[in-house]
Amino acid sequence: MTTERDYDKLLTVALDKAMPYDWSIGLHGSMFFQEIRENQRFVGIRCPQCKKVYVPPRRVCGPCYTEMDELVPLSDTGTLRAFSVVNYPFIDPNTGGQRPVPYTYGYIQMDGADNIFSHIINETDVSKIEVGMRLKAVFKPKEKMQGHITDIIHFDIIS
Amino acid sequence: MDNIAIVGVAQTKYAERKKDKTCADLVFDVTRAAMEDAGLALEDVDNVVTVSNDFIDGRTISSMAVGDAAGAHDKNISTVEGDGAFGALYGAMRTLGGFGTTLVVAHAKGSEGDVKFITNGMFEPIYQRLLGLESISSSALQARMYMDRYGLTEEDFARVSVKNHANGKNNPYAHLQLDVTVDDVMNSEKLADPLKKLDCSPVSDGAAAIIIANESHISKAKTKPVWVRGMAHCSDAYLLGDRDLAVPQSLAAASKKAYTMAGINDPMKSIDLVELYDAFSYMEPMWLEGMGFCEAGKGATLLDQGVTAMSGALPVNPSGGVLSSHAMLVAGLARIIESVLQLRGEAGQRQVENAKTALAHGINGACGQAHCVWILGNQKK
Repeated sequence: MTTERDYDKLLTVALDKAMPYDWSIGLHGSMFFQEIRENQRFVGIRCPQCKKVYVPPRRVCGPCYTEMDELVPLSDTGTLRAFSVVNYPFIDPNTGGQRPVPYTYGYIQMDGADNIFSHIINETDVSKIEVGMRLKAVFKPKEKMQGHITDIIHFDIIS
Repeated sequence: MDNIAIVGVAQTKYAERKKDKTCADLVFDVTRAAMEDAGLALEDVDNVVTVSNDFIDGRTISSMAVGDAAGAHDKNISTVEGDGAFGALYGAMRTLGGFGTTLVVAHAKGSEGDVKFITNGMFEPIYQRLLGLESISSSALQARMYMDRYGLTEEDFARVSVKNHANGKNNPYAHLQLDVTVDDVMNSEKLADPLKKLDCSPVSDGAAAIIIANESHISKAKTKPVWVRGMAHCSDAYLLGDRDLAVPQSLAAASKKAYTMAGINDPMKSIDLVELYDAFSYMEPMWLEGMGFCEAGKGATLLDQGVTAMSGALPVNPSGGVLSSHAMLVAGLARIIESVLQLRGEAGQRQVENAKTALAHGINGACGQAHCVWILGNQKK
């Protein structure tokens, strides 16, 4: 395929091919998604030294530089710590297509966890969202789960 | 430790799209201009540090593509992937480690890729990246946490944008030359609540270069040396959820180390101007708190009291800051360059009177994960 080129102007060359990757989720991350599929709940991991619980679970507590191995089952509820209603168009990294706007990011402290998890909040009216609100995760039906962050559809505001 | 100084600086005018120049062309322009500024020839440059990012350039090992343009043919060349302030830090370390002079050059053409896609690429790929989090939306979350913690308002941030855009009008290198009011900022397009378009820096094309010399090599340069009196960097946790986004702890740690090195006890008293990395309006007051110019939550008060204005006790971002020009990676080096011009008394209409000591600052990673702090002076001690 050739495109009409205007040689009187400064030329450019376009590349629009994807660069594909196949990232390893790892042992701890795989357990996180297994727990969501089997029990529709989150799982965290506790540092043996500072006792902080991290979600999603990972091997090392950065500040203590200690390997963690105590998995801690959590629930599907948490508290909103920050949010942003996003209004600009964005290519969805999952699909390559345009994501519908607006959508809302939430900064969520899961019950029983010390760090913060981020996901989509099912509310785009700024006047109806406040820091401190209680949230509950909504999961895909089990048979549709893929071991993917979108197995969690979004979080509903429950109070 | 030996004394080292910045003896040459150059930068392009920042612009939305430089279609007439490739990345190598931009690097060639500023490398030659920095040598000309210093009055040094290529044989006087002992080694070269290039600063670039593969996602921005769309090229694997992007640093290898600009070596010729940076005058590095047959020279020792090494590379930094990160902000230019960190590239300069590495260049300073090389100058302390045996090289007489080091040229540091950074380039970025944000116009050539999709910046939202590129900044989405800095996030953890399994839990965060696929949600679409990128620079603006992650910063919106940080701004919200900061407001919620200290009871700040969107107007507090809008006033930063007004001040810095007014300063930018006096800077011939600035990308944006805007007359804006608080109302203009408040009414500009809502990008990611609470951030509006005029709270956000533009995406710019540009390049910048500096030459750092050991004291033993300074007499070769024709410029007034600007001495590196202190420098430090520190990094916080990678994952946003593992950090307290409202408190820049790594900046506080880096600032303390840099002040100690420079022999500064009271930064407010000792420092005459600050050039900091305000990629978003809310960052300026937050970084000023981290630097110890005021208590936590009081950064916006400094602006309200006029302290950070051009006529105040501590002018902040006389160049117009990153809000006026944001060539990624280059922006931290541009903060150093503006500080050098101020300390040489060559900052034209935006000159801070009697500037003797300046703080220049760069950040790396989402929401200021890492901070690099430079204390520069036109006197050695």
